[in-house]
Amino acid sequence: METIELTSALEQGKDTLEAIVKESGVQVTRCYQCGKCTGGCPVAFAMDKAPREIMRLLQLGLVEEALRSKTIWLCASCDTCSTRCPREVDIAKVMETLRIMAKKKGYITEKRMDLFHNLFLKSVETTGRVYEGGLVLGRNILGMQPFRDVHLGPSMFLKGKISPLPHIIKDNGEVKKIFANVRKRGGNV
Amino acid sequence: MKYAYFPGCSLSSTGLEYDMSTRKVAQALGIDLWEIPEWNCCGASSAHLTDQLLALALPARNLAIAEAEGLDVAIPCAACYARSKATEVEVRASKEMEQTISEVIERPYTGKARARALLDIFVKDYGLDAIGTMVNKPLKGLKVVSYYGCLLVRPPKLGFDDPEDPQSMDSLIEALGGTPLNWAFKTECCGAAHATAQGEIGLSMIERILSGAKEVGADCIATACPLCMNNLDMRQNQATAKTGEQYNLPIFYFTELMGLALGLKPEELGVNKHFVNTSEVLNKLNEALTRRDTP
Amino acid sequence: MKRVGVFICHCGTNIAQAVDCEKVAQNAQAFPGVAFSTDYKYMCAEPGQDLIKKAISEHRLDRVVVASCSPRMHEPTFRKCLERAGLNPYLLEMANIREHCAWVHPDDKERATLKATELVRMAVAKVIQNEPLDRSTIPITKRALVIGGGIAGIQAALDIANAGHLVDIVEKEPSIGGRMAQIDKTFPTLDCSACILTPKMVEVANHPNVRLITYSEVEKVEGYVGNFEVTIRQKARSVDLSACTGCGLCTEKCPTKVPSEFEMEMMNRKAIYTPFPQAIPNKPVIDRENCRYFKTGKCGVCQKLCPAQAVDFTQEDQLVTERYGAIVVATGFDLFDDSVYGEYGYGRYKDVITGLHFERLVNASGPTMGKIKRPSDGQEPKNVVFIKCVGSRDEAKGKAYCSKTCCMYTAKHATLVREKIKDSNVYVFYMDVRTPGKGYEEFYTRTTDQYGAKYLRGRVSKIYEKGGKLIVRGEDTLLGRQIEIEADMVVLATAMVAKENAAELAQMIGFSYDQDNFYTEAHPKLAPVETHTAGVFLAGACQGPKDIPDSVAQASAAAVKVCGLLSKERMETEPTISIVNEAICAGCGMCVTVCPYKAIELKFIQERVDGKVINRRVASVNSGLCQGCGACTVACRSAALNLKHFTNEQILAEVDALCL
Repeated sequence: METIELTSALEQGKDTLEAIVKESGVQVTRCYQCGKCTGGCPVAFAMDKAPREIMRLLQLGLVEEALRSKTIWLCASCDTCSTRCPREVDIAKVMETLRIMAKKKGYITEKRMDLFHNLFLKSVETTGRVYEGGLVLGRNILGMQPFRDVHLGPSMFLKGKISPLPHIIKDNGEVKKIFANVRKRGGNV
Repeated sequence: MKYAYFPGCSLSSTGLEYDMSTRKVAQALGIDLWEIPEWNCCGASSAHLTDQLLALALPARNLAIAEAEGLDVAIPCAACYARSKATEVEVRASKEMEQTISEVIERPYTGKARARALLDIFVKDYGLDAIGTMVNKPLKGLKVVSYYGCLLVRPPKLGFDDPEDPQSMDSLIEALGGTPLNWAFKTECCGAAHATAQGEIGLSMIERILSGAKEVGADCIATACPLCMNNLDMRQNQATAKTGEQYNLPIFYFTELMGLALGLKPEELGVNKHFVNTSEVLNKLNEALTRRDTP
Repeated sequence: MKRVGVFICHCGTNIAQAVDCEKVAQNAQAFPGVAFSTDYKYMCAEPGQDLIKKAISEHRLDRVVVASCSPRMHEPTFRKCLERAGLNPYLLEMANIREHCAWVHPDDKERATLKATELVRMAVAKVIQNEPLDRSTIPITKRALVIGGGIAGIQAALDIANAGHLVDIVEKEPSIGGRMAQIDKTFPTLDCSACILTPKMVEVANHPNVRLITYSEVEKVEGYVGNFEVTIRQKARSVDLSACTGCGLCTEKCPTKVPSEFEMEMMNRKAIYTPFPQAIPNKPVIDRENCRYFKTGKCGVCQKLCPAQAVDFTQEDQLVTERYGAIVVATGFDLFDDSVYGEYGYGRYKDVITGLHFERLVNASGPTMGKIKRPSDGQEPKNVVFIKCVGSRDEAKGKAYCSKTCCMYTAKHATLVREKIKDSNVYVFYMDVRTPGKGYEEFYTRTTDQYGAKYLRGRVSKIYEKGGKLIVRGEDTLLGRQIEIEADMVVLATAMVAKENAAELAQMIGFSYDQDNFYTEAHPKLAPVETHTAGVFLAGACQGPKDIPDSVAQASAAAVKVCGLLSKERMETEPTISIVNEAICAGCGMCVTVCPYKAIELKFIQERVDGKVINRRVASVNSGLCQGCGACTVACRSAALNLKHFTNEQILAEVDALCL
């Protein structure tokens, strides 16, 4: 087990931590490590670090370790943790903030989740809406899982649930502009 | 009663029957739904994990169109509701945010047009008593567990019901003549997009919910979220394949159950588009009604 | 011409560091009326006070200004100093050049010195206007009132009574005993709660100096320290206490069953009942809300059967007014309502109970005769989970504070389960184990070492039912893993909260309470049993969560304060109160409404106008009640009210000194 050299860790993590606190609006020092978040987290079983441990890493300035965790990519944003936190710490918001920051830094520990979100937003930008058929197809091809859920396709199609072509909204220029305006303001999309 | 209507992307594809049943039920109750022309995707559930501003801006455009029309927005999909509500609340809380958002979407939006969950509109605005009087085929003997999922009632400041033990859907089921069952997984997460992107993880989350419903002896599950529907309905046989357990649990949008109770035909509501066979439940309902009719 | 002496204090370096004290003393020489001015390192110390006394006699001073700290601490010191030098103590004025000057302007000595000079200039101008004032005395009613007959109230009453004073206990329930009577065993010794409480209940009931007023509530409190006038509502008991022999026949034959509050509704009582076997008075009361006679007019079985003819359906509530010299408030606590924890299913799952339910379940005279059986099906639970801090340390759903007693009573419960059910498993979810009491830590370690209770660090996230078991989900934060326990019964260590009507009572008597409605002590360290209202004292959990030893200790402390007060024949009152200039009072009554102490009334005076006698309405200040806050003087439109020692003329003299 590696010893953490806490004095320098706190110093090194200071700036990133400040940015996280500012972005998320969450004071990480409020967490008193009771674990109620983790106890109720529906995805904790698949995480490499418990949500409570992510909060602890931040408290100690070990921000890099939090940013490189799988946990922040596996969080389902279900808000159970934030809803139950006795100190009203918005843990889900911290996870969101960490994921956005990790992506900026290029730490993508769960490539499939990242791919899903990229395809999703690409679809929204081009067509104004999500084309679910294309989303599944894209995920399979780019995610190297060509046959995932393939059995669901035909019945979806027959039930009229997947159309062969995406719907493109008429004034999609507006949605494209939203993306452009967000990028202009430093958005990472 | 008139609302702007935001169906959202899922309701035009995988959640088709949610859209069909919503429109039919609204029509039957005399609620006027004005579909937001050329609405765009609200960004759920990817935008808020990618960029905060984008996440707030995407729903804002739809809300802005409704605001110009002077209408609140009725939103069936729980995820779309949560994202839209978050935008409304943030814009109303700060003038600065109002300005930023208006600049990004290049339309004015002040937070005046409210994002409303369709379920909440039925229960609070229309009223359970009023709905009760419209029921002509009560869901007699149908044991239903209400599945609210994450986004309808959380975070608590955005939701309209108790985040741990919500009641609105249960009381609606009761008003429709059905039997709402108490169970422990009302607000347990189904894994959302995990089932699509991270199959194994998603599947074990789905299993927990299905066996929770089975445990209390439910005939079916009622939901208000197309993603939850997909996970619980479309992937139910995957869960069976994994655990060996036959769940046999049809999943209904609450609007479909409303439609059935109001006497609408199952096909008009899209009930035939489910993966898990619904005929057993429909037969049970018909039998209960025939028994009632023949003294 | 007045002769004022000015004394500038350095307060060590507290003032001198920021203010040039010597300079201020020099400047003061020039102020009109100043006959002597000097500075000194510690004016409050004995040499400092001697310096003042000497100057008074040497320079024939008749007014004194001390420029030092806030008057809160040392005004009494310097007033005594003046008295010893033969001057009226109210001819002193203090200029606060520490908190109001040196401490807030540490970096600009020149301007701080200027400000100090100005503050002294104002004080000199005022002191010249000061009048000698005399303290008066009022008689003291030699009887104390204790509100609440739990262990704190009983202890306070006993101590006061044993010191030879009369004392009344007003208890709102039909019996004294309070929460302690519901508790099974006490930590850390595990002796039986009833066995140590009931002798005290009997002692207080039989004490010649004590009067028990049970099934009664305080309805109105007027008056002031030494002379409170308290109206007590004696609720209709429907049983004549002097006739009833307590034979119990009525209770036995009563046909109506009601869930027993004392047994936490896990067992029934009758509509005519004594709350518990050792109740004092051990005589029944009729619960009129549930009694068949009162609901339907039919029945009356108890009345027909009573051999002493003590049942009286016609009894009515009675209001009695008594005078008291001092009041001890010992109203205790309530339990937090756990049903806000939807995730724990309290109220939905029968086998999720509170600690107080558990006390009854384990008690030999409780609903299960002391055998631990779970409420849903009466089975003996094998796996019992305890959850601590439910409602406590929870800003989101409960209270921010620690309830202080739960760590210990949970350890006690865990021990009792392991003792009574040999093959049981006990799990305790905790966040911290807090055991700061004599023998407490040792008791806790015995719970884990000897009794084998498994302590798990973490807050439970959810409880749900599955296959007749309660699944308890949480994280073991020491391991960093999610854990699940299949429990037969879950006990929530529920927070102690203030009584539902705590704020109401405090407002009625007139003292303060905190954001959680616990009563506020006058000083957290140095006046822990006093309130800000003279003559009103606190004991027990009404002031904050407390266990039995702490409640008893505080009760005895409050009793000493009461005895100190009642041991005097008369007490002094401050002369700095409002007076009315009747000549210009318009009798508008504005002052009556603004007075927070209910000290002003309107009265009629007779006067002659143009040869005719007329009655005119004017304000009248009760010198015993007036606390000298000055609200009335501000509200008075005709400036008829004036506050002695802070008169309009005195304040204006200060303003003029500064501004003209």
